[in-house]
Amino acid sequence: MYAQMVESEGNRGDLTAQERAFQDRIDAGEKIEPKEWMPEGYRKTLIRQMGQHAHSEIVGQLPEGNWITRAPTLERKAILLAKVQDEAGHGLYLYSAAETLGVTRDELFEALHSGKMKYSSIFNYPTLTWADMGAVGWLVDGAAIMNQVPLQRTSYGPYSRAMIRICKEESFHQRQGYAIMMKMAAGTPEQKEMAQDALNRFWYPALMMFGPSDKDSVHSEQSMAWKIKMNTNDELRQKFVNETVPQAELLGLTVPDENLTYDEQTGDYSFSEPDWAEFFEVIKGNGPCNRERLQARRDAWSEGEWFRDGLTAYAEKSAKRRAAAALAAE
Amino acid sequence: MTDTAKPRKEWPLWEIFVRSQNGLNHRHVGSLHATDAEMAINNARDVYTRRKEGVSLWVVESKHITASSPSAKGPLFDPADDKTYRHPTFYDIPDEAGHM
Repeated sequence: MYAQMVESEGNRGDLTAQERAFQDRIDAGEKIEPKEWMPEGYRKTLIRQMGQHAHSEIVGQLPEGNWITRAPTLERKAILLAKVQDEAGHGLYLYSAAETLGVTRDELFEALHSGKMKYSSIFNYPTLTWADMGAVGWLVDGAAIMNQVPLQRTSYGPYSRAMIRICKEESFHQRQGYAIMMKMAAGTPEQKEMAQDALNRFWYPALMMFGPSDKDSVHSEQSMAWKIKMNTNDELRQKFVNETVPQAELLGLTVPDENLTYDEQTGDYSFSEPDWAEFFEVIKGNGPCNRERLQARRDAWSEGEWFRDGLTAYAEKSAKRRAAAALAAE
Repeated sequence: MTDTAKPRKEWPLWEIFVRSQNGLNHRHVGSLHATDAEMAINNARDVYTRRKEGVSLWVVESKHITASSPSAKGPLFDPADDKTYRHPTFYDIPDEAGHM
């Protein structure tokens, strides 16, 4: 997902009375709010997960930013700009929510820039054609929605509220992507081919977004008990495939999986697993665009420093001027 | 993490309140960083009202908000538990008395 393989600080061994009471509140569906007592592991795991999620929103602007200046029409350009601006907004909601747990914004940025914290593997793939803007909106935002909708019910209040805001906006993202795919798929043979090519390249990376299979996922259990992970990776991946395959058929495009079959009994599609070796390489930093993405973030931060400092200096000067004026008026 | 980096000042945090339409209260929607109140208003417009979510904004620097302590929840709010007579349903009034 936007947060993949988040290491959970498990409560190993028996719960203390305080931890038990905390777990009971979560089991009863209560929300936990900032400054209330919480296990240190809960706090740390949430910072990791929300931080990674926020980083993904911010880094996720880069593959789409690539096409803003090259959008085929002014309308498409305005839409893409609005979408990329939304991603910035989503990152900000999540950073703010994470900060309620006692981490600072600068610490989170520093952790991203140093590689200590990750962002979703999906954003390390390039966006080669305009059809990729369609595939990203449809598949990548579509996969993100699978995870974000249940996270609206997460136990941590600020996280839940951020997810509610994000989900309200995410549907626009997926629909604008699908609309691009519809246009391309109904276009010239070359345009349809571009759409098919985009689907071919993004299908398996989108499946990887949900993280490794549950049987290999060591972090799920504690996070699910704390309700900061609401579904298993495999459940969400299955749901995504079930919803997406008919959408591909509607476009007249072919999902690049020759093992794809529909089971009438269960209503589920069975499908090929993505190449997990590739996934782990991308996570380790060896995907097609890892270096480029991280460098873009580092450059944006360091090249913006003079500007941030200038604004700080201006605010201080204005405050002094106001104070002096107030004094003079007395 | 920050002790090794050169000490720098983070922009202060502001709490953002949005009135969604006239007649309703301003409501807390989240927070953001800004150097001053004017910038907080401008950023709040971009972050929290991209889809006509509001007609008015309040921004308050977070440090100026005093919150009750979670541990004060009992002393502050429990006394209301045994004052059910504050609610209209506490009183048995015959139907003949009409709407009341």
